[in-house]
Amino acid sequence: MVEKGIGARVPRKEDLRFITGRGRYTDDINQPGQAYAVFVRSPHAHARIKRIDKAPALAMPGVLAVLDGDDVKADGLGNLICGWLVKSKDGSPMKMGKHPLLAQEKVRYVGDRVAVVVAETPAQAKDAAESLVVEYEELEPVAELDRAHGAAALVHEEVANNLCYDWELGDKAAVEAAFAKAHHVTKMELVNNRLVPNAMEPRAAIGHWDPGQDAYTLWLTSQNPHVHRLVISAFIGIAPEHKLRVVAPDVGGGFGSKIFIYGEECVVLWASKKIGGRPVKWVAERSESFLTDAHGRDHVTTAELALDQEGNFLALRVNTKANLGAYMSTFSSCIPTYLYATLLAGQYKTPAIYCDVQAYYTNTVPVDAYRGAGRPEASFLIETLVDQAAIEMGMDPAEIRRKNFIPKTAFPYQTPVALVYDTGDYEACLDEALKLVDYAGFPARRAESERRGKLRGIGISCYIEACGIAPSAVVGSLGAGVGLWESAKVRFTHTGKVQVLTGTHTHGQGHETTFSQLVAEKLGVPYEDVEVIHGDTEKTPVGMGTYGSRSLAVGGEAIVKACDKIIAKGKKIAAHLLEASEADIEFKDGKFTVAGTDKSKTIGEVVFAAYVPHNYPAGLEPGMEEGAFFDPPNFTFPAGTYVCEVEVDPQTGKVDIVKFVAVDDFGNVVNPMIVEGQVHGGLVQGIGQALLEGVRYDESGQLLTGSYMDYCMPRADDVPSFEVVTSRGTACTSNSLGVKGCGEAGAIGAPAAVINAIRNAIGVRVEMPATPERVWRAIQSSPLAKAAE
Amino acid sequence: MYAFDYHRPASLAEAAQLLAGNPEAKLLAGGQTYIPTLKQRLAKPAAVIDLGRIAELRGIREEAGGLTIGATTRHAEVAGSPLVERVIPALAALAEGIGDPQVRNCGTLGGSIANNDPAADYPAAVVGLGATVRTSKGRSIAGDDFFTGMFETALEPDEIVTAVHFPKPEKAAYAKFPNPASRYAIVGVFLAKTAGGVRVAVTGAAPCVFRATALEQALAQSWSAAAIDGVTIDASNLNSDIHAQADYRAHLIKVMAKRALAAAG
Ligand SMILES: Cc1cc2nc3c(=O)[nH]c(=O)nc-3n(C[C@H](O)[C@H](O)[C@H](O)COP(=O)(O)OP(=O)(O)OC[C@H]3O[C@@H](n4cnc5c(N)ncnc54)[C@H](O)[C@@H]3O)c2cc1C
Repeated sequence: MVEKGIGARVPRKEDLRFITGRGRYTDDINQPGQAYAVFVRSPHAHARIKRIDKAPALAMPGVLAVLDGDDVKADGLGNLICGWLVKSKDGSPMKMGKHPLLAQEKVRYVGDRVAVVVAETPAQAKDAAESLVVEYEELEPVAELDRAHGAAALVHEEVANNLCYDWELGDKAAVEAAFAKAHHVTKMELVNNRLVPNAMEPRAAIGHWDPGQDAYTLWLTSQNPHVHRLVISAFIGIAPEHKLRVVAPDVGGGFGSKIFIYGEECVVLWASKKIGGRPVKWVAERSESFLTDAHGRDHVTTAELALDQEGNFLALRVNTKANLGAYMSTFSSCIPTYLYATLLAGQYKTPAIYCDVQAYYTNTVPVDAYRGAGRPEASFLIETLVDQAAIEMGMDPAEIRRKNFIPKTAFPYQTPVALVYDTGDYEACLDEALKLVDYAGFPARRAESERRGKLRGIGISCYIEACGIAPSAVVGSLGAGVGLWESAKVRFTHTGKVQVLTGTHTHGQGHETTFSQLVAEKLGVPYEDVEVIHGDTEKTPVGMGTYGSRSLAVGGEAIVKACDKIIAKGKKIAAHLLEASEADIEFKDGKFTVAGTDKSKTIGEVVFAAYVPHNYPAGLEPGMEEGAFFDPPNFTFPAGTYVCEVEVDPQTGKVDIVKFVAVDDFGNVVNPMIVEGQVHGGLVQGIGQALLEGVRYDESGQLLTGSYMDYCMPRADDVPSFEVVTSRGTACTSNSLGVKGCGEAGAIGAPAAVINAIRNAIGVRVEMPATPERVWRAIQSSPLAKAAE
Repeated sequence: MYAFDYHRPASLAEAAQLLAGNPEAKLLAGGQTYIPTLKQRLAKPAAVIDLGRIAELRGIREEAGGLTIGATTRHAEVAGSPLVERVIPALAALAEGIGDPQVRNCGTLGGSIANNDPAADYPAAVVGLGATVRTSKGRSIAGDDFFTGMFETALEPDEIVTAVHFPKPEKAAYAKFPNPASRYAIVGVFLAKTAGGVRVAVTGAAPCVFRATALEQALAQSWSAAAIDGVTIDASNLNSDIHAQADYRAHLIKVMAKRALAAAG
């Protein structure tokens, strides 16, 4: 076995630079002659722009340019796009409101971009931005999702009822029939609270037009630099694709929010040309992050589960209203549809499922993918509903789940909502989790808590998710505007060192380590000899980037395929050098050996021969560099069981998480330490959603939770030490590595476990975030808790 | 931030002079409130006078059996002081519960009370212990008179807090229910048995710190949880915001009062 290969707990290569402050983020980059951009933003949720007077701003010291929507229009720049076309029930396409780089005629949310000021220094740009005169005529805002339909105001005049689409999935008739004969129906209204992504690094960009070469470079915080390049050239029209280089250096978190093509990054690139080719830099302030990074979640749902007498699930019916915010963001249409409703089978063999979704515009920040993207909403719904059903049926929550699980013998399993699960063993995860948490010992722990005046509860969540969204032909038939393959190039140097160029990117997940382990294992080279290069369209092959836990399952597999090509070519060279037939050459642990002999050449020797081909097979190209693309045959389906135990202080309503067990089936695991870290981070975000985080707007559409004083992020003392098991894997069949993806699971599975535990403790369900006040109020209305007092 | 002149006087007299001569000048202590205010361009001072280098404003000493704490003494210094721990341990515990380590290592007593954030902790101690605020104008202002309203104090525009004198109570404790986001108080109750009687100061719950007289009277009669149970807190003057409604705050006042009572012994 290779040292530091697949399965080894290798400490992350990138951490040395990150924790010693030597990471190189966009804001660490400064270009000679750089100017600074500040955006003038709408103070109103909904208003008509009556007049913009640039003169006072232009007269301020150091100002190089003031640009607004009229300039965007005059230069013929395209609007921002949504890359996934969703169709309504009646076959009509979603109603896409225009989303210009800078607002034209109307502003549609507080923070909407009205103009940009470019100046010599950031302070001068800020001063000038303050002196720009913008006259507004305030309009009635559509601030709340549940009032969007039929609201007097329209976010986009051309979109009636603010309804972007009304979509459905599943067999409605079969579901109706099942409900008609059900023994019991569990019904629930639930809210999936709106979240701010809160990447540690705010968005930032430097745009540069080089007049000498008539070429453009954009440095920015992106999870997918090639997608940025594509959209900025093909749709916005600032630069042709071959003349545009997009570089995303170290990226400090994103959780989805840095997938999207926002206006600011495009504007700085365009502005550089407008001022004659000086680079233009913009770095978001934290308040701008709150106001403009695409938010996540924000659903209001009615869900019903039909059961027979024994507690078997017969059918599931779901209606969801999804908030899109003021404009469609890059992938916002597919989140509450194809990444949500398709997951509603969960881990269960529910035979009939129907879901319809109405997506509305409101005068709020656009909403798009955020860690989990649709799948947390689906998982939360299923797992709180199933729990409620268990209570109503008088069944143990673990047992009702076990009874309805898709058995491990049933894979591959076709769900009633389009997906085919390839592998899984849900009972194994449940059993392991219940054992680790000591489910049987819970009553004793509860009694002990009670003696201390605390209410203890336990909650289970058996989540499933779909990662590595694929294959391209299928997503294309569902409306996706792009392919969802990934690319890689593996390049040896003369001296036997390896450069791995990947089309995906990293924003903190440790790809440099994981991919190096992969290549060390496949090619038998020392892990230290592998360098991973990503994030620069000039260096790496065209790729689709990082989201949906796809980088290893899709991007990693592309690397494997490139390695396979290296080995195949290496065999030809080795056969020549060893004077054997190619068919007799075996490759293992970095050595090409003639089968059944001790005659061998190391991969280093073979590579050297490829670059110094003095003694070389006739007709074979020199060099050792291979590329590959991988378009997977299916999604991957990570799944697992989370169990949470809480203690509630009935006096204040404060919830403490006292135990949290996570058993995940991620298939095979390359670096268990990184995977556990991903789970930890995901769990904290899931717990954040369940207990602490939640966006609030007031009736006029002002963001009330616009800083950390009011928007509560989880901190170390809000979470327990997690018990995480990732060894329960059933190998995925959609890639040769057998991997499934682990980046989002924690955030998907955790909320229901926490909310179910609180319900178990106090006897009523509390909406997320379960703040102390909400829990306290719920306790006042709970017969169970009253009895305990 | 807008541009401003920056001064770092070495003495109180110099600071007072700078302040008196410039109505557009502002004081800077730990900067935990004022620097964010400047960064967000919510203030546009002509000059900022940094109190950080004035030795006479800093430090903790025993005086008349109680404690006198200089205005620029950091929260972390109060929290970690063996002297405070010995004389008024409730004060050390209060300081330990402010914000996070970064905030405690910068934020100051004088800055906290001069700012008089409705959710700040120190005002509860100043009122709850019947402390006296001393100023650059030679005034000694009773804690009860110092906090006049939301972000308002009895300080004149050119007056500097120099120190606070806290008399030693018989018993005292502070219990706080923190805002999960900011960790300021949603409700904080400082309860003390002093030579002048029982004092109960409540912060976080209303626009300004206040004395809960009904609780004081009940506890004066009987220093017991039952006495607190018997009191009804009027919610009509309490804050309602996205973090807590008034009735919840009213409820928390009693819960925190009982916790403080238990801690005070
Ligand atoms: C993240 C965070 C969390 C916090 N959590 C808490 C908490 O839990 N509880 C709590 O009580 N506080 C909390 N604070 C507030 C903090 O502890 C400081 O007390 C507060 O910010 C003011 O003190 P400062 O020394 O930083 O004053 P500065 O910010 O420097 O000044 C504040 C104001 O007081 C004036 N001022 C300062 N010193 C004097 C003086 N000697 N005389 C007259 N005027 C003066 C200044 O001109 C300014 O107007 C928190 C702050 C932050 C940033």
